[in-house]
Amino acid sequence: MSGALIELAHVSKTFTRGGLFAARRIEAVADVSFRVAAERPVILTITGESGSGKTTLARMILKIVEPSAGAIVFCGTDLKSIRDSAARLAFMRQVQPIFQNPFEVFNPLKHLDRYLYITTRRYGGAADMATVEHRSDEALRQVGLSLGEIKRRFPHELSGGQLQRVAIARALLAGPALIVADEPVSMVDASLRMSIANLFRSLRDELRISTIYITHDLTTAYYISDEIIIMQKGKIVERGAARTVLSAPQHPYSRQLKDAVLSPHALSRQPALPHDARSLPRLP
Amino acid sequence: MSAPLAIRSTPIAQETAPRMPVVSVEGLKAYYRTDHFGVKRLVRAVDDVTFEVRRDEIYGLAGESGAGKTTLTKTLTGAVRPPLQIVGGTIAFSFLPGTQGLHCAPPPEVSRVRWRHLSYIMQGSMSVLNPVRRVRSSFEDFAFRHMELSRRGFDAAVRAHLARMQLEPNVLVAYPHELSGGMRQRISIALATICRPELIIADEPTTAVDVIVQKDVLAMIRSSQKEMGSSVLLVTHDMGVHAYLSDRLGIMHAGRLVEEGRSEEILARPRHPYTRHLISSLLRIGDDTPRRGLEGSPPNLADPPPGCRFHPRCPLAMDVCRREVPPFTVHGPDHRVACFAVTPEARP
Amino acid sequence: MTLARILRHLLRYSTEFRLGVILLGVVAILAALSFASPYPPLDVYVVAPDVPPSRAHVFGTTSRGQDVFWQLTVAVRNTLLFGIAVAFLSRILSLVIGLISGYKGGWIDRVLMSLNDTFIIIPLFPLLMLFYFVMRDSMTWAMLALIMSFLGWAYDARLIRSVVMSLKRREFTQTGIFSGMTTREILMREHMPHVMPIVFSTTMNNINWSIGLEVTLSVLGFTDNNTPTIGGMIFWANQHSAMVAGVWWWIAFPVAVVVMTFVGLFCLALSMNEYIDPRSRWSRMSGGSA
Repeated sequence: MSGALIELAHVSKTFTRGGLFAARRIEAVADVSFRVAAERPVILTITGESGSGKTTLARMILKIVEPSAGAIVFCGTDLKSIRDSAARLAFMRQVQPIFQNPFEVFNPLKHLDRYLYITTRRYGGAADMATVEHRSDEALRQVGLSLGEIKRRFPHELSGGQLQRVAIARALLAGPALIVADEPVSMVDASLRMSIANLFRSLRDELRISTIYITHDLTTAYYISDEIIIMQKGKIVERGAARTVLSAPQHPYSRQLKDAVLSPHALSRQPALPHDARSLPRLP
Repeated sequence: MSAPLAIRSTPIAQETAPRMPVVSVEGLKAYYRTDHFGVKRLVRAVDDVTFEVRRDEIYGLAGESGAGKTTLTKTLTGAVRPPLQIVGGTIAFSFLPGTQGLHCAPPPEVSRVRWRHLSYIMQGSMSVLNPVRRVRSSFEDFAFRHMELSRRGFDAAVRAHLARMQLEPNVLVAYPHELSGGMRQRISIALATICRPELIIADEPTTAVDVIVQKDVLAMIRSSQKEMGSSVLLVTHDMGVHAYLSDRLGIMHAGRLVEEGRSEEILARPRHPYTRHLISSLLRIGDDTPRRGLEGSPPNLADPPPGCRFHPRCPLAMDVCRREVPPFTVHGPDHRVACFAVTPEARP
Repeated sequence: MTLARILRHLLRYSTEFRLGVILLGVVAILAALSFASPYPPLDVYVVAPDVPPSRAHVFGTTSRGQDVFWQLTVAVRNTLLFGIAVAFLSRILSLVIGLISGYKGGWIDRVLMSLNDTFIIIPLFPLLMLFYFVMRDSMTWAMLALIMSFLGWAYDARLIRSVVMSLKRREFTQTGIFSGMTTREILMREHMPHVMPIVFSTTMNNINWSIGLEVTLSVLGFTDNNTPTIGGMIFWANQHSAMVAGVWWWIAFPVAVVVMTFVGLFCLALSMNEYIDPRSRWSRMSGGSA
């Protein structure tokens, strides 16, 4: 299809805290616009510190939260027009989430394979158990696991890395065109992170699935993204091809972000630095 | 009773005997024993760990979740309560002679030592500062009785200390929620250093802090350490932080130390297969060569694999690795590794 | 974990559970024996009145010529049935209202919770007395049970609602939604297991509450005291000034049985709570923190 896979036009989100008399307005996302092309699958990273609005943006794209202003259009459909459950199901078939905390993604009191079966049934229309199990197994194999390892297991029996992979397999079973991943590796052990990061690459290359990847870690962003958007306090400050932007950032905030990255290589060891005026407390 | 503290310019290092490490851990074993409705479990969180932290150094403890780092810090600070039990080994502090560790020291000694000789920088700075009282009350609660000064003298000492840390004195009258996360963490550091302890345990000091502020916080730890001559035990899974701060590095895996050495050496030339995988999977801007993930999953500490606990996932695993626990062998100055594959002499 | 294994676990390791089972076991046996009563329960003056506990009449007889033991069996049965019926009906109400209110939020939540709070504030006892005075003879036990269950759901509905509200925020609810589950499926299959422990413990408390209220009302004469219940027995004992007349067994045994019931239910609730509590379950499953 021509046109955009997803397009955001002047999207804003304001939260009000407090009661009738003391309401405070927090602008989590302010006038954000971007588009992801549909021609080839792409990994778009949205990065920034906490409070930058990137998680709120992800939740708006997933339609967990409604924008206060602006429009989000997915494959020609404005998200606001999705009201009934059938339309919602059709939307969720195309757009699936991956969340940050692998130990919270699944109900700790229930078996993991259940979610795979339900997803297969709801989106795949499969009826009998044999087909459902077969499809689940296929999806698990794509992420490097198998149904035999997952069957009748509880979440606490697996590691964070494995749980995230099961979450990805579950998302794949819906057959999405877009995956929105919110910090998928930040709570996963370093030794297991690589396989998940590589997985997103192979989803793009082999299964032609685009990913919107939210992270605060620039090094992972460099490793897997095609395009990048840097946000600060709800606004986009820089965007472009990932490698270009990260190698030579233009905006002062992007430069700050890049300078703050701690390189694990011994060359970066420095003696004590004097702190500067930035470190003064934010008192009212 | 320690001598009253005046504001010193000479580092504290002269007080303890030279050459003696600040803390020396030998053969430490700490397990979690649970028994719920007949289901007994024994989690071997720290299993036979031996290392020492020398004077005037930053010793980094690296390892992933479940490696035992948090349990180790709990044993060092004496926060050992059921279901956690220390089942073996000793912890010898230079400032607490004659005891096997804080957990079995008499309570007056523990009070004397805590904060004055041993302090703690925690993750999640909110838990250190009392959220319903102003910041200065935390300083009073923690440090006043150690410093043996009058109220005015103490106030002046705190302000001078903050000035040295380049923090504005008006943070003292603020409430914690009025300050940013990074600022609170810096106050935690000031709090931990005000009594000039010999040993500071920093547990994931920057994990809850934003990336831009992280470097400032780390730099502050470094400069306080240098100025006071204390030692820091830096516990974090983030190798970038270790690269920036740690002088020596100990890598923990599944409750055991597998490699230890100077951090430049370990980062540049890691020997143990687990360390090698950890270092090679670190990413850098400017380098997107594909990397491989590690197969399998971290070992279950309630039922760990026999012999070397890394052998199910190790590309170099041999038969002996499945049967016996590899001992430490020296690979270079200050560099020791526990692996059969890498040290042929160690194999029986 | 089958029910049999759970029960065996509890029996073996929990003293409270064993105590509760023993106490309630005795009470249940008494209730079951009611079907073997040689005297029709509603009849009076079938035996010699005011006989102290003896071989012929194990618990003595009442001033109305009834065998205390056999009266007690019927009374226990009726009281227990009443308590269980009220608890059951009000559980359903509080579950439904709590689940919907917690999950849906918005105006539905506000309307239901306003209703809820009204019911909490209403003083139950005067209201029940009012019902009695208005309805008098048509106030059957079934009617009373219905009325009480409509008054007994309010506290627990709010409790369930707050649990559901916190569950809604947890990520596995979103996973359920994105897996295509309907609201009903999410509530019943994802949230219920977390909600059930509360329902169980509140059921025990509710049974205690309703039995307590029944005994109070009956003792004061605000129910149909011809059907034997524990409160009814105490009522009649008071009517005949049993304590003053020295017929202590007429009061002592019903009181002892009702205390046993309370304590037994409480012990059960205590032990089951500890067992079902998600944290203790998790600790049993995975071996606790490391």
